[in-house]
Amino acid sequence: MGRIETAFSQSHKEGKPGFIPFITAGDPDLATTTELLVELGNSGATVIELGVPFSDPMADGPVIQRASERALRHGFGLSEVLACAAAARARIATPIVLFSYFNPLLQYGVEKLASDAARAGVDGVLVTDLIPEEAVQFAATLKSHNLDMILLVAPTSTDARLQLIATHASGFVYAVSRAGVTGARENLSEQAELLVKRVRQFSSLPVAVGFGISKAEQVAATLRYADAAVVGSALVAQIEMRAGAPNLVPEIGKFARSLIPAGVQTR
Amino acid sequence: MAEVESQPDELGHWGIYGGRYVPETLMAPLEELTAAYQAARVDAAFAAELAALLQNFAGRPTPLSFAARLTDHSRGARIYLKREDLLHTGAHKINNTLGQVLLARRMGKRRVIAETGAGQHGVATATVCALFGLDCVVYMGAEDMRRQALNVFRMQLLGAEVRAVDAGSRTLKDAINEALRDWVTNVADTYYLLGSALGPHPYPVMVRDFQTVIGLEARAQIVEREGRLPDVLVACVGGGSNSIGLFHPFLGDDKVRMVGVEAGGRGNELGQHAARFNQTGGGRPGVLQGTMSYVLQDANGQIANTHSISAGLDYASIGPEHASLHDSGRVEYTSVSDAEALKAFQLLAKLEGIIPALESAHAVAHAIKLAAELTPDEIVLVNLSGRGDKDVNTVQESLESKT
Repeated sequence: MGRIETAFSQSHKEGKPGFIPFITAGDPDLATTTELLVELGNSGATVIELGVPFSDPMADGPVIQRASERALRHGFGLSEVLACAAAARARIATPIVLFSYFNPLLQYGVEKLASDAARAGVDGVLVTDLIPEEAVQFAATLKSHNLDMILLVAPTSTDARLQLIATHASGFVYAVSRAGVTGARENLSEQAELLVKRVRQFSSLPVAVGFGISKAEQVAATLRYADAAVVGSALVAQIEMRAGAPNLVPEIGKFARSLIPAGVQTR
Repeated sequence: MAEVESQPDELGHWGIYGGRYVPETLMAPLEELTAAYQAARVDAAFAAELAALLQNFAGRPTPLSFAARLTDHSRGARIYLKREDLLHTGAHKINNTLGQVLLARRMGKRRVIAETGAGQHGVATATVCALFGLDCVVYMGAEDMRRQALNVFRMQLLGAEVRAVDAGSRTLKDAINEALRDWVTNVADTYYLLGSALGPHPYPVMVRDFQTVIGLEARAQIVEREGRLPDVLVACVGGGSNSIGLFHPFLGDDKVRMVGVEAGGRGNELGQHAARFNQTGGGRPGVLQGTMSYVLQDANGQIANTHSISAGLDYASIGPEHASLHDSGRVEYTSVSDAEALKAFQLLAKLEGIIPALESAHAVAHAIKLAAELTPDEIVLVNLSGRGDKDVNTVQESLESKT
């Protein structure tokens, strides 16, 4: 069992809610990203997703698109993102998952990425636009460095695809709550619960639900059937709003803690 | 006819190129689309309906014109022009939109979305949606909407809704991102009518198949006129649909040279052109918008900005089959600058009475150079992929700014 699965079973045992915050590396700047990782790790995150900014984020809504644009203005590469993760890893034990589009990883070099990520203390990689059919080499390389390959499932995924994904996924399965791009929604669809049930027929991995979750009551509602709730855009919107404020980091920690329901047992 | 080469594998790969690099949400719709297309391509009724539309609505077959005065001017090989500019809506794009709209109808989709750069594909999509009474939304970069205001109005007249895209460089690449975001959100009832031989499988092979009518006709026409095959084919390459449509039926004819002409823009530095295969400042294999191909990008894998006087060639990547044909050497690729394309645009107007699209003017510019190196016994066949009415303002501005 890898560190990610261990973290899930540990929180489960301790009755802690599964909570996965997402932030974009380099937004507002790389030094702050490290501090945010530490703050989120200390605020009760089960796993943290660290977004690698990309020029063409076709699966993202406007909030994360803008975060990528802000980050890219600093002109850094993957080495700097990994350095952030390494600096945070020295201070927190929370698993860190790189969340990226494929091209920046491909250009860095898949073997170099896996070895450098493992050395930086990264635990898994999730690639938005990489399906298992195209990930044969990638998966093998991650595995040889003991990194988890987190895969997405969607409400449109057929049973055959869920089975295929279950065969290749490790760490946890990320269930996309609805067809669409990232971003907050007033109402969560019922599709997510059905999808999680379907995933459990094929996989014994923990299942996290993301896309559209922005409020504490939505996190709580999600945790009634899933192992974790992912909050991305809502957090990134807070970072956008407070960029430049001296108390940005503690305020983000406070916001994250406000999303985590107290004493709710996962499932 | 020689065996047609260059078929992709089941998941749309030509070697390392092509494939499907998409969010999981799009996999089921892509599988559904692939199955529907496989069924349609072997259905005689589908083929008959498409052929009738191409003939009676779009205006096929298009003529093959001998360019006598251009040939004299070049003092070399005889130049023929495949006249896709004479099609309804003014470019080869209608070949593909007619094919795909029939497929959308067959799949029971009531809403069609598309991306457009200069507006040619948007107009062709709006046209077929009007013809079949389907809802149509076209995504277009805000910068392109400003440059091509007339085409925006044209699409609106045809009943389409044009949505401005304000992200990134506000051009074609950003319009594709936004169309993909729409599709991922509305997969159940929406058909994404992609305009070039790009994107995830099955688009590159499907769009190519709908465009091979260009090459099949040209082949029969030149054989009838000259009693033999041409020596060289020349076509411009943006995403690559008009060029692959011309080239594909000749791939098995070893003696036929093929040249794809990219946009050389203002120079060799990254950002100044859209020449993915350039030796200096060109692209390298990468993943953009669902497919693996040559991509113009920086050292970190961020997609580069591009420039061309012609919006239809102004794109950071290229269809995956072209990447494969480039690596195998079967097709040669070169580039032509903005200035050379402008010159060819004017020359063709004056010598042949044809105002070409700026995209097609790139092909003409290279054909003139190439013909001059060949003998009068040889034949150069150029795909004139579109007409230049849409570009008259751009050309006027460009010429005035120089004087």
